[in-house]
Amino acid sequence: MATESIEIASLPRTTTTAVRLRGAQLADRLVVGFFGLAAWLVLLVVAALFVTLAIAAWPAIKTVGWPALHSALWDPNNGKFGVLSFVFGTLVTSGIALLLAGPVGIGAALVLAEVAPKRLAGPVAMLIELLAAVPSVVFGIWGLFVLAPVMRGAIEPALARTLGFLPLFQGYFFGVGILTAGVLLAIMILPTIAAITRDIFEAVPAHQREGMLALGATKWEVLARAVIPYARSGIIGALVLALGRALGEAIAVAMVIGNKPAISASLFSPGYSLASVVANEFTEATGQQYLAVLVGIGSLLFVLSMLVNVAARLLVWSVGRSQSAARA
Amino acid sequence: MLARMKRPLSGVRTLRSRQSWSTFMIAVAWLCAGLAAALLALIVLYAIRRGAAALNLQFFTHLPLPVGIAGGGVANALIGSVEIVLMASLFAMPVGIFAGIYLGLLGRGKLAYSVRFLSDVLTGVPSIAIGVFAYTIIVVPTRHFSAISAAVALAIIMLPIVVRTTEEAVRLVPAAIPEGALALGIPTYKAILLVTVPVARAGIVTGALLSVARVAGESAPLLFTAFGSSFWSPNPNTPTSALPLLIFQYANSPYRDWQQLAWGGALSLIVLIFAINITARLMFRRMAVR
Repeated sequence: MATESIEIASLPRTTTTAVRLRGAQLADRLVVGFFGLAAWLVLLVVAALFVTLAIAAWPAIKTVGWPALHSALWDPNNGKFGVLSFVFGTLVTSGIALLLAGPVGIGAALVLAEVAPKRLAGPVAMLIELLAAVPSVVFGIWGLFVLAPVMRGAIEPALARTLGFLPLFQGYFFGVGILTAGVLLAIMILPTIAAITRDIFEAVPAHQREGMLALGATKWEVLARAVIPYARSGIIGALVLALGRALGEAIAVAMVIGNKPAISASLFSPGYSLASVVANEFTEATGQQYLAVLVGIGSLLFVLSMLVNVAARLLVWSVGRSQSAARA
Repeated sequence: MLARMKRPLSGVRTLRSRQSWSTFMIAVAWLCAGLAAALLALIVLYAIRRGAAALNLQFFTHLPLPVGIAGGGVANALIGSVEIVLMASLFAMPVGIFAGIYLGLLGRGKLAYSVRFLSDVLTGVPSIAIGVFAYTIIVVPTRHFSAISAAVALAIIMLPIVVRTTEEAVRLVPAAIPEGALALGIPTYKAILLVTVPVARAGIVTGALLSVARVAGESAPLLFTAFGSSFWSPNPNTPTSALPLLIFQYANSPYRDWQQLAWGGALSLIVLIFAINITARLMFRRMAVR
């Protein structure tokens, strides 16, 4: 505690109380104003981000325009800037990631929060939180050197054998491609989902479980009918947060997606994503228009992430409200 | 209140079938937890194995060498990373900590609400978009890549983390502590600066450290701000190498020597980030015990 810094005894000796009081009030206002200034500065930064990206994207919108959004032809050297294949790649890889990591993450969180003995759950949860801090470039290098060969050599052939009647799982095995990027993203967002949902499960009040147990429910029925429904809005929030991370991931995806601007029915084939095309081509872009389009793609990504974020907030808010309405 | 019952618990199913279903589903959940832990442990252990082979004294003290010449290190990238992250902290922390104190202790009404909302939104902005922003406002006007532009990009990523963790930290201080000081006639600003903030210090430092750990591994915003370099860059106004950038560039190269350096870099980055993270968590725990 900092009690030693409050020197009451020295107060009357230095100045009269009235002068001191006025000085203190002035200092109060100054310090509070200073803190407020810092808060305004944060607002300013976000506003600058908005305005700058909008202005920087404007040339791209003006020259290439909205048609770029429904063309998949990307040939910058001949002035063709269709970004549809990037949008496709971003959405499909993030979708795969959420589909794979969602159930596994929630399952892991259930075990950590509800089933496993505290002595085991504590360290494992700490480990998972630590792993959420592993940088994406490390996931990227692992994906490139370990995951991609495994996908090409084992997982993709196995999928083709068993589910090959679907167009999704046909074609050549490249190793790098949409599916590999999706799997890598799934591994990357797994700790995020598990850590957040675990916190949410821990916040479910004990009487929710006790009521269910008192009705003679089994352990799983307690989880499935009391704990999970109660935590639903939080779980959705965690999933959307993870989705946001997957949508914006540039580096790891650029290392394993194959970097080919094409839309293909097969998940095995190489693709491209919004973030990874910016990461790969920005420093190599020749010509004003090429660069402007890449800046535009960056801004598109920004808008997309904002939409996801705001949607998440509204969703959580409305689910939370309907829950409290049902409770009332 | 209990969740709404859509179906009765028993119905046609016998107790035994319900119990075996429960056991089965719990086993599935265990499987999920095992899979998650195993996958992530696998990645880290693999990086340790590959990376350890690349680490030697030269790795930490030498510049990268051209392809074909064995050896060489990533010393410039290590220094560059430290330089960029330090500058970013210098930019982000004063603003972030003061804004966080404002939100936690003084802020009510529209300003506080907007700052809170927008810093949450800022957390979700892809780091590459922030890189594009730093490129547009600094690299384009100055006409060259620089460590400073990279530091600005990283500072923007740090800012919301520092703001929100500082806010949490000062909120955790029991109201009675500053109130005690106020009751003795201490002015509000002294109560904040000399009583509440020192009590919340460990929490604030924890947040600051976590934000450092978060940006130290960022590579996307550095691609077109720091840009990378094969040499020493003592001037922060010139292109500078950084560890995550070097890993990205070398891992994608077709040369085994460079890939080896990339693995070494990945391991160093993991060790660095884990060390910062664990320090932060231990500090926070120590504060909680006190």
